[in-house]
Amino acid sequence: MEFPILSSLIFVPLLGMGVVMLLPKESHKAIRWTSTIISLFPMFVSFWLTWDYFFNFSHSAAMAYVEGPFNWIPSLNIQYYLGVDGISVPMLFLTGLLSTISLIASFGITNRVKEYFAFFLLLEAGMMGVFVALDFFLFYVFWEIMLVPMYFLIGVWGGPRKEYAAIKFFLYTLFGSIFMLVSILILYFTSEPHTLNMMTLIETSPALSHTLQMVCFIFFFIAFAIKVPVWPFHTWLPDAHVEAPTAVSVILAGVLLKMGTYAMLRISWPMFPEALRTLSFWIALLGVIAIIYGALVSMAQKDLKKLVAYSSVSHMGYCMLALAAVSSVTAIAGCMFQMISHGLITGALFLLVGVIYDRAHTREIAAFGGLGAKLPVYSGIMVFFSMAALGLPGMSGFISEFMIFVGAFSALNKVLVGISVLGVVLGAAYMLRMVQRVFLGEFDIARWGGLKDINIRELVTVVPLMLLTLFVGIYPKPLSILLNATLEHLVTLMAR
Amino acid sequence: MTEYSFLIALLPLLSFVMIVFFFRWNEKLSAGFSIAMILTSWVMSVTVLIEQLGSHGQPYEAFYKFVDIIRFAPEIGILIDPLAAVMLVVVTTVGSCVQIYSVGYMHGDPRFSRFFSYLSLFLFSMLGLVLANNFFMIFIFWELVGLTSYLLIGFWFEKASAANACKKAFLTTRVGDLGFLVGLFLLSVYAGTFNYGEVFDQVAGGMIPTGILTAAAIFIFCGAVGKSAQFPLHVWLPDAMEGPTPVSALIHAATMVAAGVYLVARAMTVFVGSAEASMVVAVIGLVTSLMAASIALTQNDIKRVLAYSTCSQLGYMIMALGLYGYDTATGVHSPGYYAGTFHLMTHAFFKGLLFLGAGSVIHAVHTNDIRKMGGLLSKLKITGPTFIIASLSIAGIFPLSGFWSKDEIVAASSHHPVFFIITLLIAFMTAFYMFRLCFLTFFGQPREQERFDHAHESPKVMTYPLIFLAVLSVCAGWVGIPWLQHGFASFVSHGEPYHPHANWLLMIVSTIVAVSGIGLAYLIYYKQSISADQLAERFKVLHKLSYNKFYFDEIYDFILLQPILALGRLMWRFDAGIIDGLVNGAAWFTILWSDIKMWFDKWIVDGAVNGAGWIVRMSGNLLRYLQTGRVQFYTFFAIMLIVLMAMVKLESGSPDAEAGLPLLSILLAIGIILLALMSRSIGRQSPTTETKQEETI
Repeated sequence: MEFPILSSLIFVPLLGMGVVMLLPKESHKAIRWTSTIISLFPMFVSFWLTWDYFFNFSHSAAMAYVEGPFNWIPSLNIQYYLGVDGISVPMLFLTGLLSTISLIASFGITNRVKEYFAFFLLLEAGMMGVFVALDFFLFYVFWEIMLVPMYFLIGVWGGPRKEYAAIKFFLYTLFGSIFMLVSILILYFTSEPHTLNMMTLIETSPALSHTLQMVCFIFFFIAFAIKVPVWPFHTWLPDAHVEAPTAVSVILAGVLLKMGTYAMLRISWPMFPEALRTLSFWIALLGVIAIIYGALVSMAQKDLKKLVAYSSVSHMGYCMLALAAVSSVTAIAGCMFQMISHGLITGALFLLVGVIYDRAHTREIAAFGGLGAKLPVYSGIMVFFSMAALGLPGMSGFISEFMIFVGAFSALNKVLVGISVLGVVLGAAYMLRMVQRVFLGEFDIARWGGLKDINIRELVTVVPLMLLTLFVGIYPKPLSILLNATLEHLVTLMAR
Repeated sequence: MTEYSFLIALLPLLSFVMIVFFFRWNEKLSAGFSIAMILTSWVMSVTVLIEQLGSHGQPYEAFYKFVDIIRFAPEIGILIDPLAAVMLVVVTTVGSCVQIYSVGYMHGDPRFSRFFSYLSLFLFSMLGLVLANNFFMIFIFWELVGLTSYLLIGFWFEKASAANACKKAFLTTRVGDLGFLVGLFLLSVYAGTFNYGEVFDQVAGGMIPTGILTAAAIFIFCGAVGKSAQFPLHVWLPDAMEGPTPVSALIHAATMVAAGVYLVARAMTVFVGSAEASMVVAVIGLVTSLMAASIALTQNDIKRVLAYSTCSQLGYMIMALGLYGYDTATGVHSPGYYAGTFHLMTHAFFKGLLFLGAGSVIHAVHTNDIRKMGGLLSKLKITGPTFIIASLSIAGIFPLSGFWSKDEIVAASSHHPVFFIITLLIAFMTAFYMFRLCFLTFFGQPREQERFDHAHESPKVMTYPLIFLAVLSVCAGWVGIPWLQHGFASFVSHGEPYHPHANWLLMIVSTIVAVSGIGLAYLIYYKQSISADQLAERFKVLHKLSYNKFYFDEIYDFILLQPILALGRLMWRFDAGIIDGLVNGAAWFTILWSDIKMWFDKWIVDGAVNGAGWIVRMSGNLLRYLQTGRVQFYTFFAIMLIVLMAMVKLESGSPDAEAGLPLLSILLAIGIILLALMSRSIGRQSPTTETKQEETI
C-alpha cells in the first residue's frame, strides 16, 4: 500500500496533540518546540503535495492522491474517502504554512501553554480534514470538530470579552451547521442507494426537483455564508478576531474563512447549478454590499485589529462576487487567487497588529503616530502589507481583484460590478488613513520612545508571507496553471 | 539593443533592490550605484532611439503570458516604437539629472539612501509604463508609479502636511484609476484582449460598437485625468509639492504626470474611434489649462506656481490630443497628435529645469515664498540664468524649445475658434505668471535682506544638471521645426504622418502674445508702474477665486470627503447597532424564550405531573374516611341511601329517578366525608391516632 499522504496530514497533528498532552505541564519550552516541530511535518507534506500536484496532476481535473472509499460505517454507507484537486491543494498549502507560522507566533503565550498548543494541533487536524474529505459525513465531522478547539482558544486565551466572542462564534457557526446537516440528510435520503459520497452526489443531485435543489442550496449557503462570512452574517467575525489571540486570528482569517468559499466551490456550487443560476444575481449583490459596506465600516474603526477584521469582510466580498459569476473561469480563478492572497495578506496584517500590541498594549489607532521614524523595519513591512491589501500591482491582491473584476464584468450585471469597483478606492482610503495615523506624522517620543523594532522570531513569521505575496503577484502563472483544469471542470459542472 | 530594452526598466529596479538590501548603510555607494544604473539606462534609451530612427519607426514587440487562465491571459511585454523611444529618452534624461542633482540637494538627510532607492523604484515603474505593450501592463506600472509617488511625496513623513499630501495624491489618482479599470474591463469584454495592437485593430476594423468605444475611451481617459492632474482631479498636484524638490521635478513635472498624456497618445486609436470621447478629452484639457493658469497668476509659493503651471501645460497637451482625435474622427488632418507629444517632450525638459532651479533657489534662501526673495540673480549666477532660459522657453519665445511645440498646439486649435482664443489667452497668462515669478525672485531689491545675504549658489553637482537641462530647453525643440523634412512630426505619428508647414501668421501672433505677457509682468513687477495690489483690488472677486484655487479643496471636502467619512461612521453604527443588534437580539430572545420555557416547565408541565400525584394522594386521603371498616357504618350508609332514595322517588314520582342513584351515593359520601372532617377538626384528633383506633377495633 502507498503511504497515505492525505491521512497523514490529518493524523500527524492529531497524534502530535496526544504527544503534547503527555509532556509535563511546566516545560513550556518543550511544549512549544514539540508542537512547532510536529507542525512542520504537515507543512512540508503540503508543500511537497503542491509541488507534486503541479507537475503530475494539474493537467486534469481528476481527484489525486485518492484514499478510499473505504467502508467506515457500512450499514449507513458512510465511507472514509479522501482526495484533492486543484482547489484543495492551495488550501492545504495555506493551512500547512499558516499553522506553523501561527504556532511560532504563539511563543508568547504563557497561560496554560500545554492546553493551548494541544488545541492548536487539533485545530490543524480539523482544518486539513475539511480540505481533503470527499464524504459528507467525514466532512461534517471535521467541520464541527474544528469548532471545539477554536471555542476554547478564543474563550480561554482571548481578550477582555473573550467569553462573549467565543460563544458567539460557536453558536453562530453551529446554527449554520444545522442547515448543512438537514441538507446533507435530504441528499442522503433522496439518493438511491443512499450515499454520502460527494463525488457521486455531484453527479446525481441535478436530477432532484427544482424545489428540493433550491432548499438544499439555500441551506448549504446559509451554513457556508456564515463561515465566509457573507454580509449580513458577518458580525461574529469582528468580535472573534478582536478577542482572539494573534495566532488564532491568523488562522481564523487565513484558513477558517476560506472554508466557507471552499465548501461552496466543492459542494453546493457544482451540486445545484440550476439553483445557483437562479440566485446568482442575489449572491453577487451580497458580495457587492460586503465589499462597499466592509470598506466603509473599516474606515470608521478606531481599533487596528477591528479595522483589519472588517477589511476581511470587504475582501471576502470580492470572493462572493466572483462566485456569483459562475460562467467565468476567470472569475472563479480570481476567487481562488483572492482566497490565497487574503490568507497571506490578512494573516500577515494580524501578525503585525499582534507585534505592536505586544509592545504597546494598545491597538488604538489614535494612540500612535510617526512610528515610521522609530520602527523603520516594522513600518516598512506594515506599509508593504497595507499596500498589498489595497490591491497594489506586483502583489497578490491586485491580480486576484483584477481577475475577479474582469470575470464578473463579462458574466454579471455591468452596473453592479461597476459599483463594486468603488471598493478599490475605499480600500485604499481606509488603509492609507491607517498608515498615515499610525506611521506618518509626528512621533510621540515621550510615550513610545521605548518601543522596539520587530524581532527575529516575528520576522520569521511574516517574511514568508511577504515573499509569497510577491511571488503570486509577480509570477501568478504557476498558480493559474495549478487551478486551470479543475476550475474548467467546475465551470462545466456548473453549466449543467 | 532594442531586444534588450527591458533592461532599461530593470536596471533601476536592480538599484532599488541593491540599495534596500545591501547598500542602505553606505550613502555614497547607494547614490553612486543608483546614478550608474540610470545613466546606463539613459545610454541604452538613446541607443534604442537611434535604432528606431534607423529603422524608420519599425515597432518592436516581445511578450510572455502573465496569467494563464482560459480566456484570460494578459501578457507582460515590451513595445518599442517612436513614441516609446522618445519617452524613454525623456524619462531617463530627466531621471539622470534629478538623481545627480539630488546628491547635492539631499545631502545630510538622514534617509539619504532611502531617497535614492525610492527614486530608482519610481524610475523602474515609469520606464515599465512606457515600455508596456498592453493595457493590463500599463495599468500595473501605472499603479506602481502611484505607489512610488506616494512614498516620495511623503518622504518627510514627520511633517503632517506631507503625510496628508501623499495620501491625497494616492487617493485622488486612484479615483481616476477606477475609471481606467472600468475602461479596461470594457475592453476585455468587447475586444477580448489587452494588447495595444490587437485592440487597435479591432477598433479600426469597427468590431467594437461605437457606444462601447466612447464609454471605454472616456473611462480610460479618467485614468489620465487622475495621473495628469486634470480638472476635476487636479487637486493633489499642488499639495504634492510637499515632497523634496527633486521629486517635484521628476515626478510632478516631467514624468509621472506626463503618463496621462502618454496614455492618451498611446490609446489614440480608441479616441479617434469616437469623436464624442475626443471632444470630452479636448474640453477637459482646455478647462484644466485655463483654470490652472489663472490660479498660477496669484500664488506666492514658488513651487505651487510651477505646479499649477504644470497642470496648465498638461491641459494643453491633453487638449491638443483631444482635438486631434476629434479632427481625425471627422476627417480633418490635424497636427494635434504631433503637437501634444512634442510638447510633452519639450515641457519635460524645461519644467524639470524650472523645478530643479526652484529647488536651488529654495536651497539658497530656505523659503518657498517669492515675496521674501528678490534680486537673487546677482547671487545665483547659474541658477538664475538657467531659470530664466526655462521661463522664456515655457513662455514660447523664439527660438527656444517651447516656442516650437507650443506653436503646434496653437496651430492644432486653429480650426476651433473658441479653443483658439482660449489657447492664446492661456499662452498670455503663462508668459505673465512665469515672468512674475522671475521678476519677483531674481530681479529688483531683496525684500528680506538677511535671507539675501545668506544666499549662495548651489554646489556643482546641482548646477551641472541645470546647465544640461538648459541646453535641452533651448535645443530640444529644434527637432520639430517646420522646415525639417524628417523631423519629429514624421517620426512620432499616429497613422498618416503630419507634415508641418511654417505658418508665419501664427508664429507672429503667438510671439506677440508671449511678449506682451512678459511685458505686462515687467510693468507690474519690475517697473512697478502698475500696482499689483490695485489690480487685485479692482478684480477682487476674481483675485480671491484665483488665490483660493477656486475653493476646490473646500468643496471636495464638503461634498465628498466628509460625507464618505460620515457614511462610514453611520455604517459602523448600523453594523454594531442593527445587524449585530439583530444577532444579539436573537440570542437575547432565545434566552428569554428558554426562560419562559423553564417557567412553563417548572410550573405547568411539572406542575401537572406533581398535581396529578397530589390529587391522587388527596382523594385517597379523603376517601379513606369512607373505609371505616365498621359494620355499623356501612349499615348506616345503606339505610341512609335507601331513605334518601325513597324520599326522592316519593317526591318526583318519576321512574327515571334510579338514574340519580350514583349521584346520590356520591353526595352522600361527600356529606359523610365532610362530617368526618368536621368531627375531626372539632375533636382535634390526629389522623394517626384515628388509624390506631381503627386498627385496635
